[in-house]
Amino acid sequence: MLQVIGLTVAYGRTEAVRGIDLSVAQGQVVTLIGANGAGKTTILRTLSGLIRPRAGRIVLDGQDIAGMRPHRIAARGMVQVPEGRQIFASLTVAENLVLGGWTQRGAAETQRRRDSVLGRFPRLRERLTQNAGALSGGEQQMLAIGRALMATPRLLLLDEPSMGLAPLFIEEIFAIIAELKADGVTILLVEQNASAALEVADIAHVLEVGRVTLSGPAARVAADPAVVAAYLGG
Amino acid sequence: MLAQQLANGVLLGATYALFALGFTLMFGVLRVINLVYGFYFTAGAFFSLWLAQAGWPLIAALPAAAVGAGVVAVALDWLLLTRLRRAHADELASLMVTLGAVLALYAAATAWLGPDIRRLPPDLVGGGAVDAIGVRVTFAQLLILAACGALVGLLVLLVRGTTLGLAIRAMAEKPDAAALMGIDTARLAALVSFISGSLAGAGGVLIGLNFNAIHPYMGEQMMLRGFVVVIVGGLGDIFGALLAGLLLGVVEVLTAGYLASGLKEAVGFAILVLVLWTRPAGLFGRADARRA
Repeated sequence: MLQVIGLTVAYGRTEAVRGIDLSVAQGQVVTLIGANGAGKTTILRTLSGLIRPRAGRIVLDGQDIAGMRPHRIAARGMVQVPEGRQIFASLTVAENLVLGGWTQRGAAETQRRRDSVLGRFPRLRERLTQNAGALSGGEQQMLAIGRALMATPRLLLLDEPSMGLAPLFIEEIFAIIAELKADGVTILLVEQNASAALEVADIAHVLEVGRVTLSGPAARVAADPAVVAAYLGG
Repeated sequence: MLAQQLANGVLLGATYALFALGFTLMFGVLRVINLVYGFYFTAGAFFSLWLAQAGWPLIAALPAAAVGAGVVAVALDWLLLTRLRRAHADELASLMVTLGAVLALYAAATAWLGPDIRRLPPDLVGGGAVDAIGVRVTFAQLLILAACGALVGLLVLLVRGTTLGLAIRAMAEKPDAAALMGIDTARLAALVSFISGSLAGAGGVLIGLNFNAIHPYMGEQMMLRGFVVVIVGGLGDIFGALLAGLLLGVVEVLTAGYLASGLKEAVGFAILVLVLWTRPAGLFGRADARRA
């Protein structure tokens, strides 16, 4: 579904991502783990078109989308839940959901998808008319995921969904990711919380200062002594 | 006497509000301090003058001049601000770029059109007036009030009552997140430029009508008032700009009527300084004044 080939991204002269390759197949959960500053967020921002790559190809469904504008990429079904949630705090929860369904307008269809999102996140239903900025961190993350689901993504990019959340909420967010996986949603997950990410993922890539240093089935990566030492607190 | 002054003040203030709305919309959504904005006001006034001289009735010349000013705004904003926006430059950068650009534009317009004050054709609006409860309001003034009311109403309806307005508010808050939702932010930015430029252009037509005086630098004089209105109202705050515009109009007319006409501009800036001292987020300021 998605192939990234030789992707290089630079800020000025500093290369933040240096020629990485990765691919995501239909129905898979692929995770990118790595320390702060390894380039994980840069990769997702580039995939979504917010940053232009310096080199490399991003092939989505057989077409190179590198350098395409973000709204076109979203319309192709690759939808991102950005780092720090980025919900629209001054708008209501309901309005945030409407914006999430922007690429697929049509009142009846929007209503149907909203019902399905609210079925998944009943907590949001109680807060539909509240400003999104008044939600707790965990609720905001649910809104951010729900907003992305409004676009019925074929490939969901999740950037640090557990960041800054209380342990109870982290558990809940990963339960949601497992549910989405069971529903057949294809996911590329970027996480600092390596143990939770490796548990839910099929394939894992370890990223160190802009390079992929280890790739493979998540269980094998989780058993790698270097990964255990560096990321799993072993 | 007081009732008449208040009526004149509200009429003048309605035009200030209309002008300031476009400026505050542009700042609130696009995060640029666009000093070229005053030039769109001049452009609207001249477009209406030319159309009126060509025999167009006001009812057609006003919207056409507003649209013309909107198109000028889209072109100039694209030329001046696209690069800055792409580089996520701060507000000071837009201030400097547009300051230089607008001075060049005024000078070029003056070189081309001459500094003289032009008058609209005398038969453009009927010379009649209505008297009620001791207040005399001319047809021209009624038309100004109706046009301001209609345009402000349409803007509020668009921003608060439509999905397009929702996208505009989303982009005002978080442009990157809006783009991730599939919103074409470049096109939306052009639309906001167009709406803002049209409001300024319509303001230019109406002020030209009110004072029957059109000249290249009229936008610069208006821009100073626009600053007072948007800062007193809270930068980016539509309802604040509306109220502050009306307030400034009334205060100016009352100052000219009861103190001295030379003081009316001084009073506006005195209010500006007082508001900045005491309520820096604007007279009606919420903690977050940056709202479209």
